[in-house]
Amino acid sequence: MAAARAVPGVLGQFVHIDGACDAIRELKQGGHADLTVYSAAPNPEREEAIGDPISPVRWFTLTGGLLGCASGFALALWMSRDWPLLVGGKSIATIPPYVVIGFELTILTASLLSVLAVILLSARKSLKGRPYHPKFSDDRIGIFIPCGADRADQVQALLERHGSVEVSRES
Amino acid sequence: MAVIAHDPSRPTQTHAEVPRDVVRTITEAPTRGYYILVAVMALLTAVLIGTVVAELRFGLGLAGYAPPIMWSVYITTFVFWVGIGHAGTLISAILFLFRSPWRTAVYRSTEAMTVFAVMTAALFPILHIGREWLFYWLIPYPNQRYLWPNFKSPLMWDVFAISTYLTVSSTFLMVGLVPDIAAVRDHVSGWKKKLYSALSLGWTGADSQWRHYTRAYLYLAALATPLVLSVHSVVSWDFAVSIVPGWHGTIFAPYFVAGAIYSGIGMVLTLMIPLRKVLRLEHMITDYHFDNLSKLTLLTGTILFYAYAMEYFVAWYSGNTFEQTTFWRRAFGPNWWAGWTMIICNAFVSQLLWFRKIRTNLTALFVISIFINIGMWFERYVIIASSLSNDYLPYAWGQLNPTWADWGILAGSFGWFGMYFLLFARTFPIVASQEIKELIPMPRQRKAHGGAH
Repeated sequence: MAAARAVPGVLGQFVHIDGACDAIRELKQGGHADLTVYSAAPNPEREEAIGDPISPVRWFTLTGGLLGCASGFALALWMSRDWPLLVGGKSIATIPPYVVIGFELTILTASLLSVLAVILLSARKSLKGRPYHPKFSDDRIGIFIPCGADRADQVQALLERHGSVEVSRES
Repeated sequence: MAVIAHDPSRPTQTHAEVPRDVVRTITEAPTRGYYILVAVMALLTAVLIGTVVAELRFGLGLAGYAPPIMWSVYITTFVFWVGIGHAGTLISAILFLFRSPWRTAVYRSTEAMTVFAVMTAALFPILHIGREWLFYWLIPYPNQRYLWPNFKSPLMWDVFAISTYLTVSSTFLMVGLVPDIAAVRDHVSGWKKKLYSALSLGWTGADSQWRHYTRAYLYLAALATPLVLSVHSVVSWDFAVSIVPGWHGTIFAPYFVAGAIYSGIGMVLTLMIPLRKVLRLEHMITDYHFDNLSKLTLLTGTILFYAYAMEYFVAWYSGNTFEQTTFWRRAFGPNWWAGWTMIICNAFVSQLLWFRKIRTNLTALFVISIFINIGMWFERYVIIASSLSNDYLPYAWGQLNPTWADWGILAGSFGWFGMYFLLFARTFPIVASQEIKELIPMPRQRKAHGGAH
């Protein structure tokens, strides 16, 4: 498979969380909206600096739950009526025993749609061609700023001012 | 024995050391103890396969099925393994929602234990039906006979509950593994790098990935929490919905859930105490974690103690001759030895954990965990065998006589479970490095303010 075409820009590596967050805030204020910030673990300070709204995964979870619940009850009710089994003169289709089926399918589809949501939503922002360093899964925070050669000096200076320990340019 | 530190929930390593310590369990050659354990488990798995093949050839008559006891060792062992699977989700999902920091070092192994325990449990209803090749009849699918399963049957609820639990707990395990597999990918080379690159699904730890991942993980934990409580409740209704004396009790759901968590934590202790040694993880899984696991064991063991007492009280207070006879025979009938093994191992042995010295003595804990495993298997044996052996018609009373096939499959199930667990521990990160990193404060240029975020 052909390698993805590199996105031109500047990659800064940080060891200090406060320096990285300051850099993110200043870059955002300077109009660099398309940043990619790498880290080994989630961090509330970093999330606050990036300022993205809450993930829409919850809508997938809710939809999955509602669909699962409805289909669980529908499955049990329809199948009971399709092959009536009269036991002790009681109703063919009854709600209480079908709560278990409805509940289990609620959980099942809500969970599976939540995972599907992560895959689909993460794929919306393509990371192809953006540089990555193995140290990002260790202890470094990486900030990649896509930009042309004309703005690279300015971005590099900003990253270094906030304590970036290593800056590299991608072209 | 290590001394418990002042703030034991906070790991002692740096951010960079955590993935290296975890990756070491995969890349370094394991100790001889690991190979011995694998060999024992492989032998037991061979016993399982041999017994199943014999049963396929000669039929279910090889096992000790005889009227009136047509639920025997297989269903006992099924309930035992489903119960074992409960501690994993409790520790990974419920304690995640409660933000308990001590769970981070042990939750990955307990999640894996859950998945493999439920996989083991799922074998038994299939073996129990006798014609194993027709197990798919349990699934509602369009067929030429226009038949549908009976959704009013608790056995059908079980099919949905167990398969949902297996799917959701496997999903939860795999989702949690992705960032850690990516960390392994960054520390290995050659074919291993290719393998872990494929398994990491393109994970880079980018903000766009964490944003959706952390939310989904939270929702999965929130969904798994009622699920774990429901699954053993549904299993308990296999019994409680019937009118068999000793089964028809309203306390069965909470009684079974408490027992399941108790047995699961017992198995966690049985696995983790030797595993930390053979994988050299003593500095990550410390006395502090075992102390907390012991407290959970004590809590659930005490609930179980109460449930046992309440069962006897309800039998006496009901004035129902059949209930009273069943419980009298549990203590003083032909299976008295099983009844007392259950009570001593579960209700009394767990009470030793009131003492901190015992909670932090790993040898004592390991011995107690073995008692818990034995006691919880016997709990299910007593519930099934003693109730079915003497129901409403004294002329139909009988005793359960397990055969070599019953014992072979029971012993083999431990090998089947243990093999999966040991192979997992050497192939995937057994400790969740990204969650441990969340507990370690990140370095700062400026002095941090007093309060934590």
